[in-house]
Amino acid sequence: MTPHGVGTAVIVTSLLAAAWCLVTTLRKRAIGIGELVAMAIAQALVMAQVVISVVHLARGQRPAELVTFVGYLIAIFLILPVAGVLARLEPTRWGALIATIGCVVVAVLIVRLDQVWTGVG
Amino acid sequence: MARQSGHEPLDRAARKPGGSAGPRPTNAGPGRVLVAVYGLFALAATARAGVQIATKFHEAPLAYLLSALAGVVYILATVALARSERRFALLCCSVELAGVLAVGTASVIDRAAFPDATVWSGYGQGYGFVPLVLPVLGLLWLRRTGRA
Repeated sequence: MTPHGVGTAVIVTSLLAAAWCLVTTLRKRAIGIGELVAMAIAQALVMAQVVISVVHLARGQRPAELVTFVGYLIAIFLILPVAGVLARLEPTRWGALIATIGCVVVAVLIVRLDQVWTGVG
Repeated sequence: MARQSGHEPLDRAARKPGGSAGPRPTNAGPGRVLVAVYGLFALAATARAGVQIATKFHEAPLAYLLSALAGVVYILATVALARSERRFALLCCSVELAGVLAVGTASVIDRAAFPDATVWSGYGQGYGFVPLVLPVLGLLWLRRTGRA
């Protein structure tokens, strides 16, 4: 059992946020406050996941690939804020597409984080 | 769309000597999505190569050096697209396309030479084939913005 308590919650919320941003993209709109709140909720769960992972590391547990794992932790922490800022800089449907991609990438990174901890893949 | 407004300084950068009145900047609208995805891959490929080279270079030197090369190309392409350096962006995207095709083909023909995956092996299979699609989108985007 890998120590990734909220991983599933992150995947679900980030994919829901991605779906919302994708709909906005297809409607040729810029993202509004609603999408940003959805991304913020996903980010809060990401931060919880990062804290959980750091606590496990601090207690002496070690993932299969430590350096890669820490790299993924840093990346997953930054993706949504950066995507949000870029989406606001480009207040068109293309900004919404950036937000969509950011949300999907977070879901993928959570899966990779799990794989890097267990050493699979 | 906001392409016409709010990006004057960047527009000016796009019209440096050589680029007459015509070409549009490569960093607005869909271009900003490209820059974002290129930036992501620049980070991913460079960081991955860095870790591989630092921790287990002897296992697959060729694959890891190619990972590093891919990372450098992604960084340069990101910068070129973000700054509307059209010719340099064209060069980067072309090298990238050639790289993903060459490494992809080589990794399929001779699996033994690539014991560990690179960003480009299997035509970018490990990354959802995005490395194969990205340079094509980049070249199409450069062509599209090049026609004033």
